[in-house]
Amino acid sequence: MAGQFINLLASILLLLAFAMLSQRRIKLLVSLFMIQGLTLFTNTIVIASTTGQAHLYYSALLTLSLKVVILPWILFRMIRQLNVEWDVETLINIPSTMLAGIAIVIVSFNLALPISHLAGTITRGTIGIAMACVLLSLLMMITRSKAISQVIGFLSMENGLFFAATSTTYGMPMVVELGVALDVLVGVLILGVFFFQIREKFESLDLKHLEKKEE
Amino acid sequence: MLAVLGFPLLGGAFLAKWGNRRWAPEFNSAASLLTLVSAILLALRVLLHGPMIVFHEQFFIDSFNVFLVVLTAFVAFTTTIFSRPYMRNEQVLSGLTNYQLRLYHSMYQIFCFTMLLALTTNNLGILWVAMEGATLATVLLVSLYRTRESLEAAWKYFILCGVGIAQALFGTILIYFAAEKVLGAGGTALLWTHLNAAKGSLEPTVLSIAFVFLLVGYGTKVGLVPLHSWLPDAHAEGPTPVSAVLSGLLLNVALYAVVRGKILVSGALETRFADNLMIAFGLLSVLTAAFLLWKQKDIKRLFGYSSIEHMGLMTFAFGIGANFAGLLHMTVHSLTKSAIFFAVGHAAQHSGTKSMDKITGLIKSPAVGWGLMLGGLAILGMPPFGVFTSEFLILTHAMQSHPWATPILLVALGVAFAAIFGRVQSMVWGESKGMALPHAPAYLPIMIHLAIVLVLGLYIPRHLAQWYNDAARLIG
Repeated sequence: MAGQFINLLASILLLLAFAMLSQRRIKLLVSLFMIQGLTLFTNTIVIASTTGQAHLYYSALLTLSLKVVILPWILFRMIRQLNVEWDVETLINIPSTMLAGIAIVIVSFNLALPISHLAGTITRGTIGIAMACVLLSLLMMITRSKAISQVIGFLSMENGLFFAATSTTYGMPMVVELGVALDVLVGVLILGVFFFQIREKFESLDLKHLEKKEE
Repeated sequence: MLAVLGFPLLGGAFLAKWGNRRWAPEFNSAASLLTLVSAILLALRVLLHGPMIVFHEQFFIDSFNVFLVVLTAFVAFTTTIFSRPYMRNEQVLSGLTNYQLRLYHSMYQIFCFTMLLALTTNNLGILWVAMEGATLATVLLVSLYRTRESLEAAWKYFILCGVGIAQALFGTILIYFAAEKVLGAGGTALLWTHLNAAKGSLEPTVLSIAFVFLLVGYGTKVGLVPLHSWLPDAHAEGPTPVSAVLSGLLLNVALYAVVRGKILVSGALETRFADNLMIAFGLLSVLTAAFLLWKQKDIKRLFGYSSIEHMGLMTFAFGIGANFAGLLHMTVHSLTKSAIFFAVGHAAQHSGTKSMDKITGLIKSPAVGWGLMLGGLAILGMPPFGVFTSEFLILTHAMQSHPWATPILLVALGVAFAAIFGRVQSMVWGESKGMALPHAPAYLPIMIHLAIVLVLGLYIPRHLAQWYNDAARLIG
C-alpha cells in the first residue's frame, strides 16, 4: 500500500519535471517548484512512517521549511521586485525538448538498474525516476536562457538529488543534509543579489545578452 | 586543529564588519599568519605522532592532507601580503567602495576557511558542503568589480560549478549507498577512514558509477577539459589576489577530493578503471590547454589556461601512479603560479591594461619584470626550478608505465613553452609605457615563492621527501 503511494508520488515528481521543462511563465515555474517541494515532503513523510526512520522526519521538516516556504517566498519576492512576474520565455521547440527528455528517462532507468537491484529499500523502484529528475533539470538549465529559470533548474536538480538520497539510502546523515540546505539557501541569496546586478548592467535578465567569450 | 579552522572563520566574521578600515589588510594578513602558524604546529604533530582523528572522528589528518593544509595556509598568507598594496592601488585606480572592500576581505577569509575545512574533514558529505561553500565565496570575489565581464564570468562560474558539484553530490550519495551495506546506516558510513578500511568489500559496480560522477563533479572545479570553460573567465575578471588563490589553492583542493575518491574506488575495483579515466581526462586537458594558450590575448587568461594544463598534468600523474611527482607538482605549481599572478597583478596595474599586446618594458620595475620572467621560466619547466623536477619525474614514470603517452605530453609541453615564452619575453623587455603606482607593490611574496621553487628544484630536504613518500604510499 505504502509502496504504491510512494510510486505514485515518484511519478508525480517525474511529471512535474516535464512540466517545468515546458513551462514558459516564470511565476508558474516557481509554483511548480513549490509543488515539487511539497511532493518531496509528502514522499519523505510516507517513507519515514513506513520504515520508522526517525531522522527522515527531520529532513522532511527541513524540506518543508526550505523548499516549500523559504525558497519560493524568496523567489516570488524577487520576481515581483524585478517585475518579471508574467514574463514569457521564448523556448525553442518544446516538442524536441520533450523527446530529449524521454530519451533521458530511458537512459536513467537503464543506468539505475544495477543500483536498484542492490538496494534493499522499499523505494528501490524510484531510483531511476530520481536520476531522471536530476538529468531533466540539467536539460532545463541548458535550454533556458533566463537567469531565474536557470536557478530554478538548479534548485530542482537539488530536489532530484535529495529524492535520490531518500530512495537509495533513506537519506544522508543529518549533518550533511543540514550543510547542503545551508549551501542552497546561501546560494539563492547570493544569486538574488546577482539578478539585480545583472539587470543593472545588461538591462535584461536574458543571458543571451551576455556576449559569448571566445575560448 | 581548532585554531586552523577558527582563525579564518573568526577573521572572516570580523572583517565582514570592519573590512573597510585602514588596518583591515594588516588584520587580514595577521589572521592568515595565525592560521599558518597553527597549520605548521599541526603538521609537526602529525609528523611526530602520525595521523590523528579528532572530534567524534569528524576530522582526520594524515600526511597527505596535512601537507596541503600547510601549503594552503602558506600561500593564503603570502597572498594577503601581496593583496595589501594591490587592493590599496585598486581603491585608487578602479574606485572600490567601502562595501566592496569589506566583502573582499571577509570573503577571502571565509574562502580560506572552506578550503581548510574541505582538506581536514573526514566526512565525504562535509567535503562536498565545503567545496560548494568555496564556490559561493569565490563567486562573490570574482564579481567584485561589478563590470559586465566580471558578472558574466561569475555567473558562468556559478552555473557550471553548481551543476558540476551537483554531480559530485550524486557520486557521494552513491558511495554512501554502497557503504551503508557494509558499515550500516548512520554517521560512520560517510567517514573516509571507515570507508578506507572497508573499501575491499564495497560493491564495485556502484562505486565505478559513483567515481564517474565524482570525477565529473570535482573535475569541473579542477578545470579538466571539457568542463574547464569557467576557469579562464573567473581568473581573468576577479581581483588578482583571487586569481592567485584560485589557481594556487582551490584547484588543488578539488583535485584532492578527486584523489580521495580514487583511493576508495581503486581499492574496491580489481580493474584500473579509475586510473584510466584520470589518465584520459588529464591528457585531454594538457593537450587542449596547450593549444588554446596560443589564442590568448589577456594576460590573466593566458595563465588561467596554463593552470588547466598543469592540473591536467597532475591528474595524469595520479592516474599513472606517479604520486610522488604529482604531489611535488602540486606544491611547485601552486607556489609558482601564485607568484606569477602576483607579478601579473602589478604588471597590469602599471600598464593599466590586461591586454598582452599593450604591456611592454616591465623590466623597468625590476621585481615585476624579473618576477614574471623567472616565474614564466619556472612554470614552463626550465631547470633548475622545481617544476622541472616534477615534470621530469612524471615523464620518466610515464615512459615506464604508459610509453605511448610520453610523446603527447612532450608535444603539449613544447607547444605551451613556445606560447608562453614568446609572450612573456615581449612583455618584459622593450620600452616601458607604465606609470608609477600610488602604493609600492609587495615584492617579497614573489621572491619567497620563486626561491622556494628554486630550492625544491635543486634539493628536496630529507624530511620533506619522507613526507611526500608517506603521502604517496597512502594514495597507493
